[in-house]
Amino acid sequence: MAANKRRSVLLLGTVAGLLVVLGAVTGEAVTPNGWPIGLAFAGVAAVIIGLLSYFQGSAIVLAASGAKPVSRDAEPQLHNIVEEMAIAAGLPVPAVYLIEDSAPNAFATGRDPRHAAITVTRGLLDKLNREELQGVIGHEMSHIRNLDIRFSMMVAILVGSIVLFCDLVLRSFRFGRMGRDRRGALPFLLLAVLLSIVAPLFAMLLQMAISRRREFLADASSVQLTRNPLGLANALAKIAGDPEPLEAANRATQHLYIVNPVKVFGMNASNLMSTHPPTEARINILRSMA
Amino acid sequence: MAGWIVLGIVVAVVLWAIVSYNSLVGLRNQVKNAWHQIDVQLKRRYDLIPNLVEVVKGYMSFEQETLQKVIQARNMAMQAQGPRAQAEAEGMLTGALKSLFALVESYPDLKANQNASRLQEELTSTENKIAFARQFYNDSVMSYNNTIQMFPSNLIAGSFQFTVAEFFQVPEAEKAPVKVSLR
Repeated sequence: MAANKRRSVLLLGTVAGLLVVLGAVTGEAVTPNGWPIGLAFAGVAAVIIGLLSYFQGSAIVLAASGAKPVSRDAEPQLHNIVEEMAIAAGLPVPAVYLIEDSAPNAFATGRDPRHAAITVTRGLLDKLNREELQGVIGHEMSHIRNLDIRFSMMVAILVGSIVLFCDLVLRSFRFGRMGRDRRGALPFLLLAVLLSIVAPLFAMLLQMAISRRREFLADASSVQLTRNPLGLANALAKIAGDPEPLEAANRATQHLYIVNPVKVFGMNASNLMSTHPPTEARINILRSMA
Repeated sequence: MAGWIVLGIVVAVVLWAIVSYNSLVGLRNQVKNAWHQIDVQLKRRYDLIPNLVEVVKGYMSFEQETLQKVIQARNMAMQAQGPRAQAEAEGMLTGALKSLFALVESYPDLKANQNASRLQEELTSTENKIAFARQFYNDSVMSYNNTIQMFPSNLIAGSFQFTVAEFFQVPEAEKAPVKVSLR
C-alpha cells in the first residue's frame, strides 16, 4: 500500500512536470524569452487540472463513459452484491452506475471511499452469474479500499488533458504561423514538437506500468473479501473471451476497467503498452488459490 | 544541548502514546460497530422470512413440515438469550433456510413467480451479508487483538485496560452439510 502510494505521487509529479516543461518550451518557441509565460500558463493549467481531476474527476469519468445511476428497484441483485462487498470490506456503500453496453466490463472511481462509485455494463449483468458478479464487485471494492480509485481517476483526467494539450500544440504548429518569422526559434520549435509527440506516450507508459500491479493486488483482495477465487477467475475468463468491444471506453479511461476494454493489441497483451497484466496470468493465479 | 535531546525524546514518546491510544480506541469502536452490523442483518432476516413463507405456502402444499421448521427456527432465534444460545438458534435457522431454498429449485411454478424470486434474492443476499458481516467482525477482532498483544502497542493497551475481543465462531450445527429429502 505504501509503495503503491509512493508510485502514485511519482506519476502525478512526472505528469505535471511534463506539462510544465512542455509549456516552457512552447513559450520559447513562440516568442524569444517567452518561456516564463509558457511555464506560468502550463503551471496554472496543471494546478487547475489537478484540482478539477480531484474534485470533479469521477463525474467527468462517469459522464465520459456514458454511465447512468441505477436504482435499487431496477437492479436489486446488483445493489445487493455491492452492499455485500461493502460489508465485507467494512466500507460505506458506493453509488451504483450502469453503462448500457452489451460488452461485459466494470470499473470503480471516486476520490475516497465516501465519494466512490462502481460502474458495470449491461453485458456484465447479463453474462455473469451471481458468484462471478460478486468476484468482479469484490475486485472493484478492493480498488476503492486501496484508494486506487483516486489515483486512476486523476490519471485518466491528466493523461486525457496531456494528450489534448499536445494535440493542440502540434496542430497549432502545423497550421498556425507560430515562430515562423524567427530564426532562433527553430530548435525550440523542434523540441516542442518532439515533446508533444513523446509526452503522451511517456505519460501512458507510466500509467500502464503502475496500473498493471494494481490489478494483481485487487484480484487478491477480492478473494480475501469473497473467499471464492473461482468466481472471479470464471468472470475474468468470460469478460476477456467476449468478442464485443466496449464503445464507451477510450485511451484515457482504459486502465480503469477490470479487463482492458480497448482490444488493439490482441489477446496476448503482455507488452509495455498494456494497462493490464495478461488475463491468462491473472486467471491462473486465481485458479491456483482454489 | 542534552536538555533539548531529552525534551525531544519525551515529546516523541508522548506523541507516540497519543497516536497509539487513539488507534486502539478506533479499532475497538470498529469491533463494536462490526458486531452491530451483524445484528442489523439478522434482524432483516427475521423480517423477510414471514413474507417468503407467505408467498411459498401456496405452491408447496406438500412441504408444510419444511415451512414449519423455518418459522419455528426463526421464532427460536428471535427469542434466544445469550450469545451461545443465539448462535445455535441462528445456525438452525440457516440450515432450515438452506433446505427451503433447495426445495424451491424443484418447483418450476414457484421459480417463475416474480415475488418469490425477488424474496429469495433478498434472503440469499441477507444470508451473504450476515456471513460477510461476521467475516469483517473477525477481521476487525484480529487487527484489534494484534495491536493489543504486539509490542510496543501492548504497553499502551495494558495501561489503559484494553481487553482482547472474542472471535465469532461458527456453531457446530452450521458446519454440517445440508440434508435435502425429495420425495
